[in-house]
Amino acid sequence: MASLDRVKVLVLGDSGVGKSSLVHLLCQNQVLGNPSWTVGCSVDVRLHDYKEGTPEEKTYYIELWDVGGSVGSASSVKSTRAVFYNSVNGIILVHDLTNKKSSQNLYRWSLEALNRDLVPTGVLVTNGDYDREQFADNQIPLLVIGTKLDQIHETKRHEVLTRTAFLAEDFNAEEINLDCTNLRCLAAGSSNAVKLSRFFDKVIEKRYFLREGNQIPGFPDRKRFGGGPLKSLHYD
Amino acid sequence: MSFLIDSSIMITSQILFFGFGWLFFMRQLFKDYEVRQYVVQVIFSVTFAFSCTMFELIIFEILKVLNSSSRYFHWKMNLCVILLILVFMVPFYIGYFIVSNIRLLHKQRLLFSCLLWLTFMYFFWKLGDPFPILSPKHGILSIEQLISRVGVIGVTLMALLSGFGAVNCPYTYMSYFLRNVTDADILALERRLLQTMDMIISKKKRMAMTRRTMFQKGEVHNKPSGFWGMIKSVTTSIPGSEMPDLTLIQQEVDALEELSRQLFLETADLYATKERIEYSKTFKGKYFNFLGYFFSIYCVWKIFMATINIVFDRVGKTDPVTRGIEITVNYLGIQFDVKFWSQHISFILVGIIIVTSIRGLLITLTKGMYFVSSVLLIRMSMPLEYRTIITEVLGELQFNFYHRWFDVIFLVSALSSILFLYLAHKQAPEKHMAP
Repeated sequence: MASLDRVKVLVLGDSGVGKSSLVHLLCQNQVLGNPSWTVGCSVDVRLHDYKEGTPEEKTYYIELWDVGGSVGSASSVKSTRAVFYNSVNGIILVHDLTNKKSSQNLYRWSLEALNRDLVPTGVLVTNGDYDREQFADNQIPLLVIGTKLDQIHETKRHEVLTRTAFLAEDFNAEEINLDCTNLRCLAAGSSNAVKLSRFFDKVIEKRYFLREGNQIPGFPDRKRFGGGPLKSLHYD
Repeated sequence: MSFLIDSSIMITSQILFFGFGWLFFMRQLFKDYEVRQYVVQVIFSVTFAFSCTMFELIIFEILKVLNSSSRYFHWKMNLCVILLILVFMVPFYIGYFIVSNIRLLHKQRLLFSCLLWLTFMYFFWKLGDPFPILSPKHGILSIEQLISRVGVIGVTLMALLSGFGAVNCPYTYMSYFLRNVTDADILALERRLLQTMDMIISKKKRMAMTRRTMFQKGEVHNKPSGFWGMIKSVTTSIPGSEMPDLTLIQQEVDALEELSRQLFLETADLYATKERIEYSKTFKGKYFNFLGYFFSIYCVWKIFMATINIVFDRVGKTDPVTRGIEITVNYLGIQFDVKFWSQHISFILVGIIIVTSIRGLLITLTKGMYFVSSVLLIRMSMPLEYRTIITEVLGELQFNFYHRWFDVIFLVSALSSILFLYLAHKQAPEKHMAP
């Protein structure tokens, strides 16, 4: 049934920031009624029209892999999670606007997914010192989404949004701030929907179109025992 | 004058403990999460501070530091405060937070949390009836009543935990029990996991595609709700021939998702076992392995003693360490002030057990009860001379009863955890044999 091409996007973030609600909103166009803890990984699929409105319009499947857990997990859990990070085409980083630590942890999440391990100390690097070069040569498109916008009081909104703008800049990514319980945030035509669409287009381009023109190698597979058989398993 | 000095010493140490508890809370327990409610942190630190002060008072009593009357006063005061916090504030806040998490009752949070608290108090009181702790001399709201109830709950919990810990500790540390995990096992399991994920994805793709074509055809996607809805969807099967398919596929997807969760947990388990195997090959690992053997012997001895105590209806007067030292000394014929040393050693051992268990328990909120009950049990381990002051403060409580109760619960929990671990151990290798 997979007559359409597919693209794999990871959804990463701390526990409880709202990844499952976000994925549900993106894929089912409905608000998730009873969110519960995600154990392991839950996947959902969204149909996306690449280059919508033009004659080259084509529909793709976008698989959103919602990986549960926290950055401070035991290394056994991290090794298990690593199996989901193979051949990723895009990453959505989700953080909670009301919780600063979740924003800081996004650096560790992105490094974990991109296979460049941070030194395992408890010290988090803050915005200013961060080495942007690590993300400059990154081929995988990133998108930063901040959730629970409705829980931020009007007066604090400006300060929070400035902070998240810096965050997105560090990742060299676009950012969207929304409330996962409100369908109107991603209504067609709104700026959020446009940004989302652009992000998915970029992911699809990098995966399918740049290969032919420019021989940029895909995401380097993680060096694991038997990386070969695993890779062939995923591409049908 | 000496009273003032003593009080100031006590208060300084309390502030120190408070600060320590605060730091511990922030660094260890909640390293990766942000705690928004500062109330929780404050309560935690206060409880921690007072519990440590009680412990400190015990030490002072043994070492005979500070004036006797001021010690007595501080004992009483500490006990009152701790009981106040335990019985009044902590349940109230627990109830409050639980209620505020339920969205329905958000508006009348305060009212419902008061109700919850009253229910808790009622059950707390009722707890006292079947146990022989009511002595007719004291009134209802006296300290002894509260302590006895708290003591019962605490002793039960502690016995449960000790029983489980006594069995779990040797199981974890001894490499004898470690299953052999090879890389091939892990790889096979991961492959299954990815296959399951792919199956889930292909089913979801079908659903998404079906939904889109239906939407484009202009049909309203009405979820069959309730009994009549389902019957309707069956009868209108021809135009809506894709609808029943969707619910069927959804059920398949749910089953597959459950399977993927199981596989994920199993893989994580395998990785953890593999790490432990590697760890046990290092020096540190070997050292812990050795300790594990020792500790497991101690645990087996405790279980044995508990059984004997119950069967022969005897109250443990001396603990194993003292007996062990007595036997050793008699055997070796050394001139040894047994009483002096055994008291210190058993005291240190009890302290170690408490500290290591405290670390585990600091994460739960029953710490306060645990502490009061451990005071009661320390009393059993200490030789007779030092029991006077504690008895004076805590009033007439039936200590024998507590010890018996502890033994029973300890035995029950140890046996059930042995059974549980045995089943888990047996089940695991079978799962991996299956293709």
